[in-house]
Amino acid sequence: MIIDPVTLIVALITVATPVLLAAIGELVVEKSGVLNLGVEGMMIMGAVCGFIVAHETGSVAMAFVAGMGGAMALALVFAVLTQVLMANQVASGLALTLFGLGLAALLGSGYSGLPVPVASRPFPEALQAIPVAGPILFSHSVLVYVAIALVGAVWFVLARTRAGLVIRAVGENHDAAHALGYKVVRIRFATILFGGACAGLGGAFLSVVRVQNWFDGMTAGAGWIALALVVFASWKAGRVLLGAWLFGGIAALQLRLQAAEVGVPVALLDASPYLVTIIVLVIISSDRRRAALNAPAALGRAFHAAS
Amino acid sequence: MIRLEKRPQPSRFWVVGAPVLAVLLTMIAGGIMFAALGKNPVEAIRIIFWDPLFSERFAGFSRPQLLVKAGPLILIAIGLSLGFRAGIWNIGAEGQYIVGALFGAAFGLAFWPSEHPLIFPGMIAAGLLGGFLWAMIPALLRVYARTNEILVSLLLVYVAEALLASAATGWLRNPEGSGFPGSRNLARNPGTDNPELIAGTGMHWGVLAAFVAVIAAYVIFSRHILGYQIRLAGEAPRAARFAGVNAGRLVILCLGASGALAGAAGLFEVAGPAGRISIDFNVGYGFTAIIVAFLGRLNPIGILLAGLLMALTFIGGELAQLMLGIPAAAIQAFQGMLLFFLLALDVLANYRFRWKREVAA
Repeated sequence: MIIDPVTLIVALITVATPVLLAAIGELVVEKSGVLNLGVEGMMIMGAVCGFIVAHETGSVAMAFVAGMGGAMALALVFAVLTQVLMANQVASGLALTLFGLGLAALLGSGYSGLPVPVASRPFPEALQAIPVAGPILFSHSVLVYVAIALVGAVWFVLARTRAGLVIRAVGENHDAAHALGYKVVRIRFATILFGGACAGLGGAFLSVVRVQNWFDGMTAGAGWIALALVVFASWKAGRVLLGAWLFGGIAALQLRLQAAEVGVPVALLDASPYLVTIIVLVIISSDRRRAALNAPAALGRAFHAAS
Repeated sequence: MIRLEKRPQPSRFWVVGAPVLAVLLTMIAGGIMFAALGKNPVEAIRIIFWDPLFSERFAGFSRPQLLVKAGPLILIAIGLSLGFRAGIWNIGAEGQYIVGALFGAAFGLAFWPSEHPLIFPGMIAAGLLGGFLWAMIPALLRVYARTNEILVSLLLVYVAEALLASAATGWLRNPEGSGFPGSRNLARNPGTDNPELIAGTGMHWGVLAAFVAVIAAYVIFSRHILGYQIRLAGEAPRAARFAGVNAGRLVILCLGASGALAGAAGLFEVAGPAGRISIDFNVGYGFTAIIVAFLGRLNPIGILLAGLLMALTFIGGELAQLMLGIPAAAIQAFQGMLLFFLLALDVLANYRFRWKREVAA
C-alpha cells in the first residue's frame, strides 16, 4: 500500500482546518442574512498578515491575531459598503476578493521563503506516540482543536441561545426583526466582523502552520470552497465539519496520488478538489426540499429602515 | 444626524457622476498607497494615467497597447453585463477565456502548418464554442439542478487552469520546442495569426469584435425584446415571471453569450498578442472585466470607456513598475480600490442624504 491511511487522516484534518474556519465564519454571516463573497480575499489577507507577523515577531499567537485583524479590516469595508451604503452584496464581495488578492500580493512581496516559527502542539509526546490514535487525535497544533471547538460553539450559540435566535431572526426577516426593536445593521456588522476574523484565522493557519511559507494566490480558491461548504452543509454547523473533512480528504489524497504517480493525469488530480466540490454542490441543491429548507430567507437582500 | 432617503428614481446626474468621482477618489487613495510605498504619489499617478498616452518617450509604444489590452476587457465585460443586468452572476469568465483559447489554438494547431484562409475563422468559431461550452456547465446546472452559478463558474476557473497547465506541458506542447512548456507560436504563421490590422494602432480582430459587441449590446438593450426581458428579470423577477419571461432560457442565453465572448477574447489573445498557449498566458482579464462591467454601469457605452480606462491602468502600471519599481500587485489593489469607491458612491444615485435633527421621544 503506497498510501498510509493514518498519515492520510492526519493530513486531511490539517488541510481541512483553514476551509473549516472560513466556512464556519461565513455560516454565521449568512445566518444573519448577509452573503459575503469576499471570503477568498479575507483569507489571503489573513494569510499574508499572519505570515509577516509570524516572521517579524517570532510568535505564532501574534500571527493569528494579526491574521484576524487584517481580515477584519477588509470585512469592515464590506460591512460599511453593504450595511451603511446599501451596496450590492454580490458585487461588494467580489470587490473584496479582487482587492484582497492585490493588497496581499503587495504586502507579501519580499516575504516569500522567509522562516517562520513552528506552531506548538498542546499534547505531550507520550500521547502522540500511541499507535493510530496518537497521530490522528493528539498530533495537531492548537488551532486545529480550536476550529473544531468553534464548530460546536457556533452550533450551540445559533441553536440554543437568545443571541443565536436574534441572529437567525435578522437573517430570516430583517423588517420583522427591526420592528421588534433589534438593531439589524449593528447585528450584521458583528456577524460580518466575526466572519472576517474566522476567515483571517483560517488564512493565517494556512500560511503559518500548514504551508509555512507565503506565495501569491496561495489560498487557491479555499475561500470559494468555504462558501460552497456552507451551501453543502445546508447552513448547519455540524455538516460544515463533515464537508470540510470531505474536501480535506480529497485534497490530501490527490497530493499523495500525484506523489505516487499512479497513472491518473495530473491535471485531473489538480482539479479534483474543485470538481468534487461542484459535484457535491449539485447533489445537495438538486434536492428541492433540503436545499431551500435552511437557507436564510433574507440572504443577500439589502436592509433599509423605512422610518 | 444624517439619514438616507431612497430616491423614487435614480439620480441621472449621479449615475454618470459617480464613476467619474470614483476614479478621482481612487487616484487620491492610490496616491496615498504609493506614498506609503515610499514613491512620489503625484509622479506615480502621472506615470499611470498620463505618460502612456502623452509622454514623448513612451506614447509611441504605449498607445497601441491601449487597444490591445482594452479589446479583451471590453469583449468579456459586454458579455458579463448581459447576465449581471438580469441577476445572473457569471464570475468565471477567466475560465471561459482559457478554454476558448485552448479550443481555438487546438483547432489552429491541428491543421499546422497550413495557411488556408478558412483556418482563422475556424479558430474563432472554436474559441466561441469553447467558452460557450464551459459556461454551459454552470448554466445547465443552475437551470436543471438549481446549483448556484456564482460558485460553480468560479470553481471551474481552477479546473480550467489545471487543463491549461496540462495543455501547455502536454497535449499542445510545441513538438519542436525541445521539451519546454508552451505551444507553437500561432502569431508566426499567416494561417493562424491574429494580425494588427492597421499598423501602429494595436487594432486586431479581437478589438474589432469588441466594438461590434458594444454596438450589438447597445441595440439589444435599447431596441430588442431580449434586452427588455433581461432588464425586467433583473429589476423585478416576479413581474418578469408573470410577463412570461422564461427564466431558464434567460440563464442559458446570458451565460452562453458571456462564455462565448470570453472564449473568443481568449482566442484573439492567444493568436495575437500572447502568440501561444503557455501556463500563464492568461493575465486575469476575466476578473478585471468584472470591474470594467461595473465601472461602465453595465451600459455598453460605459463599458467601452471603462475598458479603455482599465487598459490604461494596466499599461500605466507596467510603466510605473519599470520607472518607479512599484510592484505589479499595487495595480491590482488599485483596480480593486476603484471598484470599492464605485460601489460606495452608488448610494448617491439611489439615495438622498437628509439632515435630520434627533427628536427626543
